[in-house]
Formats: sequence, C-alpha cells, structure tokens
Amino acid sequence: MIKAINIHKSFDGTEVLKGITFDFRKSKTNLIIGRSGAGKTVLLKTLVGLITPDEGEVWYDDIDFYKLSLKETRKLRKKVGMLFQGNALFDSMTIEENVRFPLDMFTDMSFEEKQEQVNNCLDRVELEGVNDKYPAEISGGMQKRVGIARAIVMNPEYLFCDEPNSGLDPKTALIIDELIQSITKENNMTTIINTHDMNSVMEIGENILLLDNGEVAWTGSREEIMHTDNKYIENFIFASPFLKKLKNQALGSYK
Amino acid sequence: MGRYSLWLLKVFSKPEKTRMYYNEVLRQIEEIGFGSLKIVFIISVFIGAVTAIQLSYQFGGTLIPSYYIGYTLREMIIVDLAPTITSLVLAGKIGSSIAAEIGGMRQKEIIDAMEIMGLNTPAFLVLPKIVGAVFSVPLLIILAAGLSIFSGFVTATALAGFTPADFVKGLTSFYDSYTVWVMIIKAFVFSFIIVTVSAYHGYFVKRGSIELGKAGTDAIVYSSILILVADYVIAQVMMG
Repeated sequence: MIKAINIHKSFDGTEVLKGITFDFRKSKTNLIIGRSGAGKTVLLKTLVGLITPDEGEVWYDDIDFYKLSLKETRKLRKKVGMLFQGNALFDSMTIEENVRFPLDMFTDMSFEEKQEQVNNCLDRVELEGVNDKYPAEISGGMQKRVGIARAIVMNPEYLFCDEPNSGLDPKTALIIDELIQSITKENNMTTIINTHDMNSVMEIGENILLLDNGEVAWTGSREEIMHTDNKYIENFIFASPFLKKLKNQALGSYK
Repeated sequence: MGRYSLWLLKVFSKPEKTRMYYNEVLRQIEEIGFGSLKIVFIISVFIGAVTAIQLSYQFGGTLIPSYYIGYTLREMIIVDLAPTITSLVLAGKIGSSIAAEIGGMRQKEIIDAMEIMGLNTPAFLVLPKIVGAVFSVPLLIILAAGLSIFSGFVTATALAGFTPADFVKGLTSFYDSYTVWVMIIKAFVFSFIIVTVSAYHGYFVKRGSIELGKAGTDAIVYSSILILVADYVIAQVMMG
C-alpha cells in the first residue's frame, strides 16, 4: 500500500496540490483522475519522488519515503516500476536491451537468466519477434507494451503508470488497461495509474481518486461512480450529454 | 555555481555497475575521439599555415635569424594555439552534442525513468563522457600540435621562402619539455570543462524545443568562456 498524507506542492507561488490525503491499495488498480491541470501528474511524481512536496508524507507500506537517505531511496526504487506517458525508451537500444537494462544495471544474473526474464516479460505483454528492433521501428501501442515489460522486469512491488493510454486508439487502450490490471493481480502489486481516459475509469478503476484544482474532489470505485450524485463526478465523468444519457439509461435498467 | 558543484559530487560518486560504465566509456572514446578526427585535422592544417604566414610577415625585413620561425611557431602552437583553438572548436562540436543528447533525454523523461530504476543518473550519463573526453581530447590536441607544426613547415618552406634546414634548426632549438606538459595539462582541464559544463546545461534543461536549443548555445558559450579563463589561470600559474 502507498499512503499520501496531506501533500502540498506549489510552483512559483501557485499551489498545485492542496493537502492531498489518500490510500492507494495493494493488488488494486488505483486511479488518479481529473481534468488537465488538476495536479494528477504532480501528485504521481510526488508519490514516486521525482517532485519533492513542500509538505506532507508518502508511505510505502511502513516506510516513510521522504525520510529515506539517498542510498535507501535508490534501494526502494528497485521495487518500483514506472510506465511513462512518452514511454521513455532508450532510442539507441533495441527492445531487448531496453527491457534488459534494469537487470544489467542492478542484478548479477547470468546473460541466459536475464534473457529468459526479458523473454518472459515480452511474452507477458504479448510482444513477439521484436527483440532486435529499435523503439522507432514499432508502433505506439507496442512501445507502451515495451514500457510495461521494462517496468515489470525487476518484479516490482509498486507500479506507476502516467497516462498509459495517451495517443492510443480505444481498442489498444483497452488492451493496455487489461494488461496492467492483470499484471497487478498476478504480481500482487500496488498500481497507481494517472489517467483521464473514461474507458479506463469504468473498466479498471477499483480505487479512484478524483482531483479538482489540486484538491480531493471524490474517492470511490467504478461501481460507486454510477450511483454518486457528486457534482465533480457529474461535471467530469459525465460531462458529455451522450454519457449522461447512457448513465441515466443504465440506472433506469437497475431500477 | 553551487548547484554545479553539488551535481559534480553526484557525478563522481561510486558507479553501480562498473562493466556498464566501461562499455559506455568505450563508446564515448569512439564518439569524441574518432568522431572529432576530421575537424581536428582541418583546423590543425589552417592553424599551422596561418601562423607560418603571419610569422614570416613579422620576421620579414628584421634582423631576427630566419631559423627562429621554426622555434616561434613550435612554441606558439604547443603552448597555446593547439590546445586552446582545438578545445574551442571541440566545445562547439562535442559540447552542443552532449547538451542536446542529455537535454533530449531529460525532456523525453528518460532521465526520470533511470532515476525511478534507482540509477545515479549524473554519474551514469556524465562520468563515462568525462573519462572518454579526458582520454581522447589530450590525444587529439597532441595530434593537432603535430599536424599544425607540419602544416607550418610546409607553408613556411613552400610559400614563405624559408629553407627546410632553417625551419628544422629552429624547431629543434631551445626545446623545453615543460611546454609540452603545459599543453597536456591544458588539454585535461579543457576537456573536463567541455564535458561537465555541456552536460550540466543538458541535464537541467527545461521543457520545450526552445529551451533545448538554449541549452546547446549556453553549453558552447559557457564552455568557451571557461576555457579562456582556465587558459589564463594555467598560463599564470605555470608560466607567470
């Protein structure tokens, strides 16, 4: 589990996070949702230590993240995997080398063991025959899968995904969502996804944090979304008349 | 300056996996050393030729013995022209490339991805470049000095009316190996400046293509200024 307690962060006098407190649960797909500029990415980067909060605490199970020394932080980070919005793959390395990179850097595994682990991860994300290709030679959806494979190659306990569906068509986005969710269950990870893709919210949102203007506007699960009359949810999730109509129809069929 | 110093401390902290650094050092030697051979060859030919022509103009009609051209050209090239001009040109070539490479990695979140993996990114990205440059640049500068002197010899004898015997006599007169050490020390210091200043500007680049371009420009400008300042300091300390 990851706990955020009273997180505050300002940039140049503008307060972006205004006291966020939330529990991200283990073995669940935890979603941070909200409009553009709501503070999602800042919160995600604060949780992972890429941005230091002005105030507040972040706990990884029983470890106070911001009390760790640099050495301890680096040790903890070996238990963390992250999928970046732009994938952050190394252009000069092949797919195989990209996925193998954390193993090369941090393990004493033999080449054969590393190769087996890399192939297992690539199989898990359903990528075959791309080992020797470079990131620029494969599609955006495939690059996302490589990013996931690299994020899970060290068997992390915590997985962070920043906008995993951005730039993908709805079908590929759905496949990526299902992949992240099933990997979360299989590996019993704490997964935190930052998204504004409504399909993701409704498909895999088991523990959702809605941010609005740097504050917690709503928390709950995808099932609860359908039944809440929270104005932020109404304005954000069911912003379009089409979705409003769908919701009303769905609720009608419940009755 | 404070941030640069703190960042340098991270650059020189213990590497995670020496083997990965070793491979990267070899790549840097190839890129910085072999990749700069052509430009070093071109500038060296012109440094030697221009120096020979200007010295021949200065010496013309004076009582200075004609063999002094070889001596003066050798001293000018070894002590200052080869290390300083070569380094200034390399600051443009290598410096902009390092700033763009590391800055691009920052903007594409690749550095963040490495940080998340638990990597000491200043060390992993910069230390191999420093080692590669500190190994390659002095060799390039020694090569530049040799080529410049040869080019000066050809120009002085073929175009400026000096005899090969006079030039060689001057070249071998009053030789003091101390000047070569001055050149080598300059080469080490200048290569360190080029890599660290350029990498620093790339590492802390902000978002956007304009910022990336600015980082490249700053890398070249600040490296060049610092090279000239260091040139003065070394001259003052070692020859003042």
